Amino acid sequence: MSVSPELSSLVVPILQRHARRPDRLVQILREVQEILGCITDETAGHLAECLGMSYAQVLSTRDFYAFFYRENRGRYRILFSDNITDRMLGNRALFEHMQKRLRVEPGKVSADGLVSIDFTSCTGMCDQGPAILVNNRTITRLTPQRVDAICDLIQRGVPLAQWPEEFFIVEDNIRRADLLLGTPCEPGKAIRAAVARGRDGMLGEMKLSNLRGRGGAGFTTAVKWEACRNAPGEPRYIVCNADEGEPGTFKDRVLLQSYAGRVFEGMVIAAYTVGASHGFLYLRGEYLYLLQPLETYLAGMRAAGLLGRNIAGVAGFDFDIEIHLGAGAYVCGEETALIESLEGKAGKPRVRPPFPVVAGYMGKPTVVNNVETLCKVTEVAMHGGAWYEAIGTKQSTGTKILSVSGDCERPGLYEYAFGVRIAQVLEDCGASEAIAVQVSGASGVCLSEREFGRRIAFEDVPTAGSFMIFGRQRDMFEVARNFAHFFAHESCGFCTPCRVGTTLLKNIMDKIAAGRGTQYEMNELLRLQQVLKPGSHCGLGQTAGNAVADTVQKFRPAYERRLAETDFVPAFDLDAALARARALSGREDTDAHLGEEA
Amino acid sequence: MNAPMLPRKLRIATTSLSGCFGCHMSFLDIDERLIELAGLVEFDRSPITDIKHCSQRCDVALIEGGVCNAENVHVLRELRANAKTLVALGACAVNGGLPAQRNHLDVGRCLSQVYRTPDGTAAAIPNDPELPLLLDKVYPINEIVRVDYFLPGCPPSGDTIWKFLTDLLTGRTPRIEHPLLKFD
Repeated sequence: MSVSPELSSLVVPILQRHARRPDRLVQILREVQEILGCITDETAGHLAECLGMSYAQVLSTRDFYAFFYRENRGRYRILFSDNITDRMLGNRALFEHMQKRLRVEPGKVSADGLVSIDFTSCTGMCDQGPAILVNNRTITRLTPQRVDAICDLIQRGVPLAQWPEEFFIVEDNIRRADLLLGTPCEPGKAIRAAVARGRDGMLGEMKLSNLRGRGGAGFTTAVKWEACRNAPGEPRYIVCNADEGEPGTFKDRVLLQSYAGRVFEGMVIAAYTVGASHGFLYLRGEYLYLLQPLETYLAGMRAAGLLGRNIAGVAGFDFDIEIHLGAGAYVCGEETALIESLEGKAGKPRVRPPFPVVAGYMGKPTVVNNVETLCKVTEVAMHGGAWYEAIGTKQSTGTKILSVSGDCERPGLYEYAFGVRIAQVLEDCGASEAIAVQVSGASGVCLSEREFGRRIAFEDVPTAGSFMIFGRQRDMFEVARNFAHFFAHESCGFCTPCRVGTTLLKNIMDKIAAGRGTQYEMNELLRLQQVLKPGSHCGLGQTAGNAVADTVQKFRPAYERRLAETDFVPAFDLDAALARARALSGREDTDAHLGEEA
Repeated sequence: MNAPMLPRKLRIATTSLSGCFGCHMSFLDIDERLIELAGLVEFDRSPITDIKHCSQRCDVALIEGGVCNAENVHVLRELRANAKTLVALGACAVNGGLPAQRNHLDVGRCLSQVYRTPDGTAAAIPNDPELPLLLDKVYPINEIVRVDYFLPGCPPSGDTIWKFLTDLLTGRTPRIEHPLLKFD
C-alpha cells in the first residue's frame, strides 16, 4: 500500500521508539492517533507493512479498543463518563446542554469537523463527577457553567493545553486513612527492608502475612509469587494491573497519583522475590493524565538507584518498569486479557490454565498484581508478615481501601481494617438515607438495608473496592439497567454466552423500561443469568447478570410497577412495523392494521 | 383409588408461518412412530388435518416459521391464545431463519424492486386486501408472543421432534442434547 510521504514521516519516529515491534501495536496505535486524530484503514495498512504483520491483525486490535477511531472524531473528542454515579449527578442534562450549544448529534462529528460528543464507561471520577474526557484528558466536577466555558473554548479553537488548569484538577479525597494512606514512607525504605530479608526471607514473610489480592478475586499473593518463581523459563515479568475499570472504583487512581512510590517499590520487591527482570504498569487509558508524573517518578527512582542495574546495591539485581496505556476496554482488567493487550493484541481473555505465573507475557512466567496489593507488599517488607497478619480478620488480613461514591455527604477513599460493617462505612461517609449499596462495582453484589450489618471481608462481602450508595430517591431498576448496558458494551465478543447474553439482558431491561415487559421477561432475566454465570469464558460474563439478579430479588417492586398486565407484549409497535408496506400499497383496510391484543 | 388414570389424549395444533414446511416434513419423518403418536394425541388446527381454526383449547402448539406479515401475526396469536404450551419449532421460528435474510434491506425497496412494470420504470405494488401486508422485518416468534420451548434445527430431525414430544407427553422437562441438538 502506498502512502503519502507525510504520513510515513510522522509515523517513523514512533515506530523507531518501539523498535518496530508488532507486540507494541497498542502503544504504537495510541501514539499515532495522538498525532493524526484517528487511525484510518490507510494508516493501519501502512503500519501493518512497517511492522511486518497482517493488515487484519492491525484492524483487529484497532477495532477492539473504544478509544481507537477509524474515522476522524473531530479536533476535540468529548466523552461523558456514564456510570450510574455520573447519571445521579446529572450528566445526561449536561450532555444535552453541551450538545445543543455545540450543535452536534450524539456520537457524530460536528459539520465543521471541530468536535464530537459521546458517552463512555465509568472513568473513575465517581467522587468528583460528573466527569468527561477531552481527547482522553480528564475534566471533573462538571457544572452548567463549566460546560459553557468548555463550549466557548472549543468554539474559539483554544488548544487543550491552554485550557484553565482548574478544569483538570483531580482530588484525592482521602476521608479515612489507615495503615496505607496514613503512613508516610521514605523512598527506598521498603526495597531495602526486602533486600535485608533476602529472597527466601521475603517470600516467607509474604506467606506469613496471608496477603490476598486486592483486585477482587482475593488470590493469595505469596502463592502466586512462589508459583512464578518456581516456573521454568526466563525472563520473568511483574505486571501491575492499573486497569481500574470496575464502575465506581477509583482507589488505584489515588494510589498512583499520591502513593506511586509504594506501587513501584512493591513491584521491585516482587521482582526481587521471584527473580524478574522486567515490569509493566498497565495504566487504563482514562488515566492518561497520570502518565507524565509516573514517568517522572520512575526517572527519579532510576536516579536514586531503586530501578535499573544492581538495585539497592544488590549485585545482579536488575529490574526496570515500563508503562503501557490501555485504550478503553474494561475486559483488560482481567489478567490474561491485560497480557494480550500488553502484547499488542485485542484484549480477549485467554484460556486458563496455563496461568500467567507459568505462561504469561510472551509465554513467560508472569506475576500480575493489583495496584493496592503491591502497596501492601511494602508494608509486609517493612513490618514483617506476622505483624501484618494480626490486622483484619482471619481470612482477610490487613486493610482495604474503599472507593465510596453515590448518595453520601463525603464521597472519597475510606481505608479500614478488613471486617468493617457496611453500616459503619455508611455512617462515616454520611449516608443516612441509603436503601442499597452496590459493593465491588457492576460485577459485585447489591446489598439492601437488611444486609447493612454484613462485613467487608473475603469471608462475607468480598470487594475490589467499589462502594456505590443509593439513597431513597433512587430507582434500583435504573441502576441495574445502567449496569446491563455497561456489560453489553464491554463484552469482548469472544464467547457466545456473554456476547449474546449481555445483549439479551440489555434488551429485556430496555423492554421493561418501556413498559412492555411482563412476568415472562422477569423469568427470562433469571434464566439468562443461569446461562451467563456458568457458561461464560471469563469473569465479565460470569458476573454480568449479578446486579440484575440481585435487584430482581431485593427490589422486585421497582421492576413490577413497570410490567404490563398481560401475558406478553412485543418490544416494538407491530402496527408501525406494517407502516412501510401499508404506505407503498396505498391500503388502509382493516387487514392493513394490527392491534396490540390478540 | 389406585386404578390407572385413563390418559386423556393431548390436543396438538401445528402451523407453518414464514417457513418452508420443512419442519412439518421432518415431523412426518418420525415414520411408523406416527401410529404410536396417534394413540397419544389428537390433531387440532394443522396442515395435517386441514382444520382452519383452533376448534377447542389445545395442549400444545408447534409453530414452524418466523413472522413476516400481518397474517402470520393473527395465526400465531390464535394458536397462543388456544394452547397451553407453545413451541418454536425450527430455525425460522427460533431466529427468523432464512426469510430473515431480508432484514438488512428496506422492505419498501424490496417491494418496489420486485413489483415493477414490464419496462421497469415504475413500481406496481399489489394492493389487494386479500394479500397480507409485509412487516418491516421478519421476526422470530418469541418477539410476538410468549414462547414456552425452543427447538432449533433446520429442520430439527424426526428423532429430535420425537424425543421432544415424548418428553412433553410423559411430563419430563424436554431436554434435547447432542447429537439431537443441532442449529443447522
